[in-house]
Amino acid sequence: MRKTALDCVYKLSQIDERVVFVGSDLGPGVLDKMKTEFPDRFFMEGVSEQYIIGMAAGLAMEGFIPYVNTIATFLTRRCYEQVAVDLCIHDLPVRLIANGGGGVYAPLGPTHLAIEDIAIMRALPNMAVVVPCDADEMNRLMMSTLEWPHPIYIRLAKGGDRVVSAEQNGFELGKSIKMKDGVDGLFVTTGVMTQLALETADVLKAKGVDVGVLHVHTIKPFDTGGVISAIESVKAVVTVEEHIVNGGLGSVVLESCSELRPELLPKISRIGIPDKFATEYGSQSSLLKHWGITSDTLVAVMMKKLGG
Amino acid sequence: MAFDDRSKLLRRYVIDAMRGGGRGHLGSSMSMIEILRVLYDSVLKFDPVNPQAFDRDRFILSKGHGCLALYAILADRGFFEVNELESFCRPTSRLGGHPERGKVPGVEASTGALGHGVPIGVGMAIGLRLRKSRSRVFVLTGDGEINEGSNWEALMAAAKHKLSNLTVMVDYNKLQSYGRTSDVLDLEPLVDKFESFGFVTCEVDGHDVAALEDVLSRLPFDKNAPSAIICHTVKGKGFPFAEGNPEWHHKSGMTEADIQQMYDCLT
Repeated sequence: MRKTALDCVYKLSQIDERVVFVGSDLGPGVLDKMKTEFPDRFFMEGVSEQYIIGMAAGLAMEGFIPYVNTIATFLTRRCYEQVAVDLCIHDLPVRLIANGGGGVYAPLGPTHLAIEDIAIMRALPNMAVVVPCDADEMNRLMMSTLEWPHPIYIRLAKGGDRVVSAEQNGFELGKSIKMKDGVDGLFVTTGVMTQLALETADVLKAKGVDVGVLHVHTIKPFDTGGVISAIESVKAVVTVEEHIVNGGLGSVVLESCSELRPELLPKISRIGIPDKFATEYGSQSSLLKHWGITSDTLVAVMMKKLGG
Repeated sequence: MAFDDRSKLLRRYVIDAMRGGGRGHLGSSMSMIEILRVLYDSVLKFDPVNPQAFDRDRFILSKGHGCLALYAILADRGFFEVNELESFCRPTSRLGGHPERGKVPGVEASTGALGHGVPIGVGMAIGLRLRKSRSRVFVLTGDGEINEGSNWEALMAAAKHKLSNLTVMVDYNKLQSYGRTSDVLDLEPLVDKFESFGFVTCEVDGHDVAALEDVLSRLPFDKNAPSAIICHTVKGKGFPFAEGNPEWHHKSGMTEADIQQMYDCLT
């Protein structure tokens, strides 16, 4: 997914000379093709995220569209004020490409685990927050970013994730995608949790329970109408995200229903990362298990919600 | 050193705004009046009728709390009417306690949170160079402000990119909110710091109009490096009760007597 995102930056730089790339201190060889072809628009600026965000803002004020890439925690926690002031108050078209959302950097511990990034990014006016589910969708997202006139936070997963998105579903920022229909229940998901929910829907099908999956790649601007209408038609809803339960996708769903359709609230449950920093290393999948974000949990919570 | 009429007039505009808003950063604004005066009278290229003209020079007031001085010179140079200064900090005014891009004609960046101007200025300077523009970027920072590490990240980058179209000026009035900069967090040796970060650096008396004109006329100091000018100034310059007095860094709830006391200093 990261490779796709960066390949897209190169493609975008070929078709639009406003596109510039700004990295901090990434691995050797990153975007070499762009660096060779457009050395003036490729920047590797060092471990200095506060400066990098301000620099990207300055470039955007001069008419450029900067794509900024580094590890998610450093792009959010380290320079939150720069993101708020330089990008969001000025409402500039800067794109933040954040490596390693959720448990991707499991072996590296809690300093590298972006567990609250969606919550703090979506709290900022003017910021869009997008969490694609696979490389194909990343490609569709990236190629649609040139004309969005506001800042965008793009959260990456690990890479090599199973491709479940489909070309015919298209991609529109702020529009959720129904990945699977179901009459009994609905998983509302974002990022690679969409894959987990689709697998789980198959497990439930074998048990005779028909559950759909609604993929919400854009947390903000939120597809309030689309999500509420999908929730209306089923008996139980479980939101699933690789993010702390407070402030992410589940919270947005609850907030939207609370404001517009409070009678829907009782049928919704949330699954996500508990409100604490990780205490284990291992792998992304072992951490997800530790956090209770597994197919078994999804089945259990959905069945309970359905009264089974 | 006695002020000439122009320095007095700009100070009077600042007081007009403070009277309207009943508050303001007096000390922080008065230390930079001559710096802004020289920039806008003899250095910067701009068109108040078309404040976004591409070929303008960019000026970023990184110490956004000094905005009263910026509003005064912008009004004086015709970016908006002088009588608008009285609306300072009122609910629907364009002129807030910190300057905002998109609201105030001539303001390039919304500042107030400290340590943002130099990074943005570096981005602008790179962007202008990419667009083959001859426009220059000037950033004015405070002294307390450069406690912020973001400045030093950006200074390193400015040198790396050899941004001869960037000039960083420091309003070195030696006082920050709590007290003397030498006590709170000493900046010395400041010139050496800028030099070691790759800036060709000059010092100047920041209230001496002729000296400011001279040093600014010599920019860039090096065609392969960014420039820095350390402006030695006096906080609250021109107001004996405020000069060097941290109590006058910011004042709110000002009375008519406070205001009159300030006007009296300019007669």
